[in-house]
Amino acid sequence: MHTLTAHEIRDKIKNKEFSSQEITKAYLDRIDKVESKVESYVTVLPEEAMKSAAIVDHKIAAGEKIGALAGVPMALKDNLCTKDILTTCSSKMLYNFRPPYDSTVAQKLKDADTVLLGKVNMDEFAMGSSTENSYFKKTKNPYDITKVPGGSSGGSAACVSADEAAFTLGSDTGGSIRQPASLCGCVGMKPTYGTVSRFGLVAFASSLDQIGPLAKDVQDCALIFDQIVGYDPMDSTSVNREYPSFEKALTGDVKGLKIGVPAEYMGEGISEPVQKAVMAALSSFHALGADYEEMHLPLNEYALPAYYMISSAEASSNLARFDGVKYGFRAEKFDDLIDLYAQTRSEGFGAEVKRRIMIGTYALSSGYYDAYYKKAQQVRTMIMQDFDKAFSKYDVLVTPTTPTTAFGIGEKTDDPLQMYMADICTVSVNIGGLPAIVIPCGYDANGLPIGLQIIGKPFGEEAILNAAYALEKTISKVKPVL
Amino acid sequence: MKYETVIGLEVHAELKTNTKIYCGCKNEFGGEPNTHTCPICSGMPGTLPVLNKRVVDYAIKAGLAMNCSITKYGKQDRKNYFYPDLPKAYQISQFDLPLCQHGYIDILVDGVTRRIGITRIHIEEDAGKLVHDDYGNTSMADYNRCGVPLIEIVTEPDLRSPEEARVFLETLKSILEYTEVSDCKMQEGSLRCDVNLSLRPEGQKEYGTRCEMKNINSFRAAVRSMEYEQKRQAEVLNDGGVIDQETRRWDDVKGISTVMRTKEDAQDYRYFPEPDLLPIIISDEWIEEIRQTIPELPDQRRSRYVDSYGLPEYDAFILTSSKKTADFFDETVNLGAAPKTVSNWLMGDIAKLLNDRELEAGDIPFSPAHLKALIALIEKGAISNSAAKKVLAEMFTKPEEPEKIIERLGLSQVSDEGVILQMIQDVLLQNAQSVADYKAGKDKAMGYLVGQVMRVSRGKANPQIINKLLKEALDKA
Amino acid sequence: MKISKEEVFHVAKLARLKFSDSEAEALSADMESIIGFANKLNELDTEGVVPTAHAIPMSNAFREDVIKPSFDRDAMLQNAPSAEDGGYTVPKVVE
Repeated sequence: MHTLTAHEIRDKIKNKEFSSQEITKAYLDRIDKVESKVESYVTVLPEEAMKSAAIVDHKIAAGEKIGALAGVPMALKDNLCTKDILTTCSSKMLYNFRPPYDSTVAQKLKDADTVLLGKVNMDEFAMGSSTENSYFKKTKNPYDITKVPGGSSGGSAACVSADEAAFTLGSDTGGSIRQPASLCGCVGMKPTYGTVSRFGLVAFASSLDQIGPLAKDVQDCALIFDQIVGYDPMDSTSVNREYPSFEKALTGDVKGLKIGVPAEYMGEGISEPVQKAVMAALSSFHALGADYEEMHLPLNEYALPAYYMISSAEASSNLARFDGVKYGFRAEKFDDLIDLYAQTRSEGFGAEVKRRIMIGTYALSSGYYDAYYKKAQQVRTMIMQDFDKAFSKYDVLVTPTTPTTAFGIGEKTDDPLQMYMADICTVSVNIGGLPAIVIPCGYDANGLPIGLQIIGKPFGEEAILNAAYALEKTISKVKPVL
Repeated sequence: MKYETVIGLEVHAELKTNTKIYCGCKNEFGGEPNTHTCPICSGMPGTLPVLNKRVVDYAIKAGLAMNCSITKYGKQDRKNYFYPDLPKAYQISQFDLPLCQHGYIDILVDGVTRRIGITRIHIEEDAGKLVHDDYGNTSMADYNRCGVPLIEIVTEPDLRSPEEARVFLETLKSILEYTEVSDCKMQEGSLRCDVNLSLRPEGQKEYGTRCEMKNINSFRAAVRSMEYEQKRQAEVLNDGGVIDQETRRWDDVKGISTVMRTKEDAQDYRYFPEPDLLPIIISDEWIEEIRQTIPELPDQRRSRYVDSYGLPEYDAFILTSSKKTADFFDETVNLGAAPKTVSNWLMGDIAKLLNDRELEAGDIPFSPAHLKALIALIEKGAISNSAAKKVLAEMFTKPEEPEKIIERLGLSQVSDEGVILQMIQDVLLQNAQSVADYKAGKDKAMGYLVGQVMRVSRGKANPQIINKLLKEALDKA
Repeated sequence: MKISKEEVFHVAKLARLKFSDSEAEALSADMESIIGFANKLNELDTEGVVPTAHAIPMSNAFREDVIKPSFDRDAMLQNAPSAEDGGYTVPKVVE
């Protein structure tokens, strides 16, 4: 039962083939069975989940109107605020934080009558590419538990991949949904900036963060996106526009689709199995009637340094509020107010978070602002112009998601810059505010999944979902063995 | 050496909106600690600001009233620093693209009009309050004031004396009151100012090194701090010393300022564009719409009082410096009272009574109709001038019709000539000596006799009528 | 690109972080390599290029000036590490 997709569960509950309580119980059992190996959850909510499943079942029995995902068990990344439920960002800093409010996405999924199974692990404050930066635990890749699940939404990806939830939400600042989706063999989408409200998402880098689904297939991805997309007056950067039903728009027809393949993403550093799988996917697209050709995004190599300046600068300010005064951790020993701040922040944040705060503070500090922050924002403009030009010619761009398949736990923890390189294929999408979806497109010799990234123009979710939907039918998926 | 004083001001005014700048919490002074707060204004993780449109409206209004050009493309920025009254550890403010720039205010000092430049007006959020525990070892943060909308008005270094600065502040305050963007209640901290002051040898063009003074809670304190600072700097310079650029804290109780921060430990605020908020684009239509809502401003009103009512410039200036006073004046005059008479009452007895009761100018507890009635009663001779003063004082404690007060206190004046004549005849009969003195040319006797009639009437007889009838009676006698 | 230990300590002070000597040394190496990497941006001529703060061009997101109920104070203070008399408490602030 736990291998079913969200749309299958939705349909079967509606058809009364099983109840929400039955499927919820099945997931809780699955968690009991595999969680000790995968460690994707920070908080599991068995009682609360069974209670909300019972409410859904009651609604169905009473013939009441139900939400679009009624009874479907899911989990949320632990940086999405959930009212009165621990929201830790996988940080010691928020080890005990229970927000008195829901994030807009949590509220929307409540309105859709989903069942919240728990909160899933992540790199602390979403900073990292391996989920090794969690204060609580290291989540494992379900395909090989000696490997990382990717990050920062590693818990979200591993959870779906290990069938510990029907779907999850993650957040993506520089690849944090797509890179773990790729490494864990699930479907993940980072929507256009401004399509999903960020209200209640604990901010890492406000101008880059977006919330998106991690799912078992493309249809689920569209279905979940349908539930969370939309204008929110609580988020000034939320776009006020009409959205179609993305699930209904899936046709699987890609005839005449113009695909650009940026050469800069396929060069040195991209491993052979990844290159091969991407090429095979392009052949499949061709067979389905789409056209592809190599093209160039010459400024791509500047995306990563620009990204690290912008994201770290914004993070240094966003994370300043964690000071031991209003919520979360406070150091036990301190001399005075200033020492309370410094001691709390030094004990409460992990090494990577502190490193980024330091870089961001440096980039914004007097004398360096123009050279780093402003410069990065100017480069951002140029990279966006690069994309604009590309999208005047192509409908979508296809690239690898990560240079390699999942790497070993502990393999890259010593060299931050090396770890940052894991984001090389994903950050420019955030720089441009673009939508991008990742779907499994093959496996390497060790059976580790390889993800294909399809990038769309702003608000081009329909096109990338449909392309992914068409390709998915040509791929034979292999489930992890746990 | 003789020095010229150069002063620039940074004035913060809280805007009179219903809600805070970035959330729907009530914008209200006071309240139990943390009862006007929510996750947004308390800086909880994941929350986001959404700008209150009225804040932009009010900033534009203030800008237009101060002759500023309105920025077509504005943005908001984060000013980063740690302090327990600032829950996000950054204040959302405006750095390089404030909403209003390049304005001016004309002030009247010693009968001369001086034009003071306004560098900029920007919007920002207020911080919370720290309550210090006097006996214990803790401070308590109250976030009720967090997110209260402010405009910061920055002047050019155009002011040349503490007195000029005081007049500027009064004028600025009246503009903010007239445009109704701020309550300007100093005692509630809704108007605060920081002072920048430097000295330069007379005739020198370059500015001297300036010091900034903070913690100024009233206009009086502002003036005192400036007087102190100009004296302090002059002493340093006269002793051959140099002025250090520093921030000083004014202690109004001790009447001195002390160093708060030196230039070396100046803060690095790391301003950058607020990514959670969008640019503010202001169209010409929007500006025009706001312009329509600007009422007659103090200087326009001042000219009207001088030109149409013939009031002296000084009177017009005093009356218009408080919008409430000027509104009161206008209404009373519109009811038919003579402008100069109304002006005399407002600037004389009413001002004194307000002052005695520590009320702000214009906080008059009775209506213009009541003042008009009082004036009419005097003119009719129903009460004497001195009785009217008593009635006025009573009107401050009890909002009653003047007639009722007169009746209640038995202050009505006797103007009936027959009644007064009877009293005069009685007095003349009893004071034959005085009558004889008067006849013998001793004018003083007249005064004595008036006093006697007044005594008989128990102070209620109309003195003018007594005078007239007494003279006639004596001349006849 | 050289970032001295002193610079690390200065930035740490701005960020309200504390580091031991050895931590600062390691950090100065990390920051040198990351900031050095960012210097790659200098290869691009950005003269006259307008900086982008928001990827999706939007403006004028406003809220009407309408009061919403505030939160219950206890709900607001429930997460505070130290609260007293309805407020968040900190060591006495000396200015």
